Amino acid sequence: MSKSINVALIGNPNTGKTSVFNQLTGLKQKVGNYPGITVEKKEGICKLPRGVKAHILDLPGTYSLNTTSLDESVVVELLLNKNDKDFPDVAVVITDVENLKRNLLLFTQIKDLKIPAILVINMADRMSRKGISLDIPLLEEKLNTKIALVSTRKGTGVERIKELIADYKSLSISPVLDTTVIAPEYFDSLRETFPKEDLYKLWLVITQDVNFTPIEKKHIADTSSFTTKSKSELKRLQQKETILRYQFINGILKQTYKVDMNAAKGFRAALDKILTHRIFGYLIFFLILLTIFQAIYDWSSYPMDMIDAFFANASEWVKDTMPPGVFTNLIAEGVLAGIGGIVIFIPQIAFLFLFISLLEESGYMSRVVFLMDRIMRPFGLSGKSVVPLISGTACAIPAIMATRTIENWKERLITILVTPFTTCSARLPIYLIIIALVIPDGRFLGLSYQALTLMFMYFIGFAASLGSAMILNKILKINSRSFFVMEMPNYKMPLLKNVAYTVVEKTKSFVVGAGKIILAISIILWFLGSNGFSDKFKNAETIIDTKLKAEGFSEYNQSRIEEHLAAYKATLKNGEEKNNLRLTTRGLADSLDRKKKELVQTAEQEEIASYKLENSFMGYMGKAIEPIVRPLGYDWKIGIAVLTSFAAREVFVGTLATIYSVGNDGEETIKNRMAAEVDPITKKPLFNLASGVSLLLFYAFAMQCMSTLAIVKRETNTWKWPTMQLVFMSAFAYLVALIAYQILK
Amino acid sequence: MEKEQRKIQKPESSSVKSNLTIAHLKRGQKGIIKEFAVDILPIKLLELGCLPGNEVELVQVAPLNDPIYINVNGSHIAIRRSVALQIELELLEDSLAS
Repeated sequence: MSKSINVALIGNPNTGKTSVFNQLTGLKQKVGNYPGITVEKKEGICKLPRGVKAHILDLPGTYSLNTTSLDESVVVELLLNKNDKDFPDVAVVITDVENLKRNLLLFTQIKDLKIPAILVINMADRMSRKGISLDIPLLEEKLNTKIALVSTRKGTGVERIKELIADYKSLSISPVLDTTVIAPEYFDSLRETFPKEDLYKLWLVITQDVNFTPIEKKHIADTSSFTTKSKSELKRLQQKETILRYQFINGILKQTYKVDMNAAKGFRAALDKILTHRIFGYLIFFLILLTIFQAIYDWSSYPMDMIDAFFANASEWVKDTMPPGVFTNLIAEGVLAGIGGIVIFIPQIAFLFLFISLLEESGYMSRVVFLMDRIMRPFGLSGKSVVPLISGTACAIPAIMATRTIENWKERLITILVTPFTTCSARLPIYLIIIALVIPDGRFLGLSYQALTLMFMYFIGFAASLGSAMILNKILKINSRSFFVMEMPNYKMPLLKNVAYTVVEKTKSFVVGAGKIILAISIILWFLGSNGFSDKFKNAETIIDTKLKAEGFSEYNQSRIEEHLAAYKATLKNGEEKNNLRLTTRGLADSLDRKKKELVQTAEQEEIASYKLENSFMGYMGKAIEPIVRPLGYDWKIGIAVLTSFAAREVFVGTLATIYSVGNDGEETIKNRMAAEVDPITKKPLFNLASGVSLLLFYAFAMQCMSTLAIVKRETNTWKWPTMQLVFMSAFAYLVALIAYQILK
Repeated sequence: MEKEQRKIQKPESSSVKSNLTIAHLKRGQKGIIKEFAVDILPIKLLELGCLPGNEVELVQVAPLNDPIYINVNGSHIAIRRSVALQIELELLEDSLAS
């Protein structure tokens, strides 16, 4: 590690920076966060010629070193801080051959920082089609650098990058431009005050937060002591600098960059004409959304069924193979039940991220933003809010992080606040199971009631987002500059490798992140559920024994025993035919008798277990909160599940699974178990239309996700907003669920 | 900053109205950006190539005439109408045909 070269990949958005990163590092990459902020940090190792290694850091995309957002300031802060352990020995600036002029702006800035810089011109495969010709040697000379002409699509030129990196010591570090000409006197005075400092670096430090939105402002240093210019004057100077740089770049490109104007530009124009068309544009967008939802519900059900079966088997296998005891129970009932509840999401999450990354990679997402901007504005949102709101159907966490592209702070804040209303994938298993339980079979216009209900749940999620956005837009008094500028990148065939990386990485982080919470909660629940202090808990066996002798089994257990017996009989008969064996009537009766005893014993154990559960720590906790959840139609077990799912919604089904499987023989699916639950007071099924709808609505609106709250805190830099989200959303959810239950009951 | 805000929010006021801006272009029309008071526009716009003397082509207008999709100096960008109204132009006559 110590001998490796520190490399930073820098470039404008949409230049294929990530593709270059993937090709340089292969699978040897690590994704994390910059300390204290949620800007994604991607690192990897690359093997260079002659046995040298490089540590590659993929910096967030930026148009220049004039920071306007947190992502961009990560780049500037790193480049200004020589002591940072990631400070690059060499900067690799990625550019797109079609947008070379604009991309070079950033390159000249980095060059002026006196950091050795390599220029990578990507998407070289497009040159002939676009009629572009380049004089590379002349460009290298003019920019005083080394150039690698690369096509990540074709995989060419990557070796050249590696060689240039290995040879970075031969790169020139002299600046290409003298920035001081934009305000000679100002820079002279700076030079006098700080004779030792590099002027351009100083200039960047001073102007760091000129363009920042209020909340993100981070004080780098007390600049006021030597700043003799006002903010707007500094801004004007920054703009002068930009103009100066463009003059320089234009001058160079005139000699080295030729475009044959007659070459086709038709593809982009033609696609834009359709995709941003005022009717077809929306129609296509709607069809794409439909496809996404179809994939999530239909296509992912196959792998999900497999995962479900796998975990049921695994739980049984553990029970059968491991020595019986506390630890085995913990694994089989606590851990596996809980983990199964999260792993089952993988197909859906993967599909969602697959589509989102396809839309983004292809350049289509920008068109959606373009189409939706004006429509979203009355709600206090920006067209760029569409991306978070759609991503929110996967998970609010990446969605909230995706709001960073929204420049306007008010629009961004509103988007952050309302995104958790969209139906995220964690709500899905709850919806699916409750809908299956309480919504009758049947069809309306060829669509099943159940599917319609699910669609309706998504609809009210979006409606709640937009509605609350509108209210927030009226209430929030925030002045912020409303600059909406968005690049419309060229259409690209998504690179399969990039998409695959994104899907794997996002899915992994979701499962690991949520998995940790669920694992912890499962273990705690299991402990609380299988321990108790009261006499009732300790003497459960004798109490139930006496009760069963006096009253017999509950109706549910009786019918279940009969069912199982009938099934067993059928298997016996079946086996008889298959193996050509004949059982005597006596033998048959014997086997049946034995089976019946077995079943009775299991049922008895279950009754004991459920009695124990009721008198365990968890039972007492549940009973304590029952008065609060009773008006919504829930019993104490659901109450516990609702309570635990404030950590994360997906815990709900897992919790019920853990609660019900304490003492369960594992054959029963959670759904059947829920269907069999009877309200002890009304003697009706506990999950009926009223309580089911109430649960659905509660989960639609309640803010139940610790991770989201944590992200909101980080993105807004205060606990004020997440606290408000938690209180208002949950109170609203309670109210709506209450009304629904009381009306329907 | 508040002053800035007002300038942007009230685009169609007084002096701007009579002049030709990006917002007045029709699809396919081109113009050359005139000098403008740089500090009313976001730095990002300038970085993307929206500078005096550069050619602008209007590519597409979203429903309700907002936002506006332009090609300036080879950069394809979308801006809101309010910003487009701030950027004055000299119309390129030959672009009228297309």
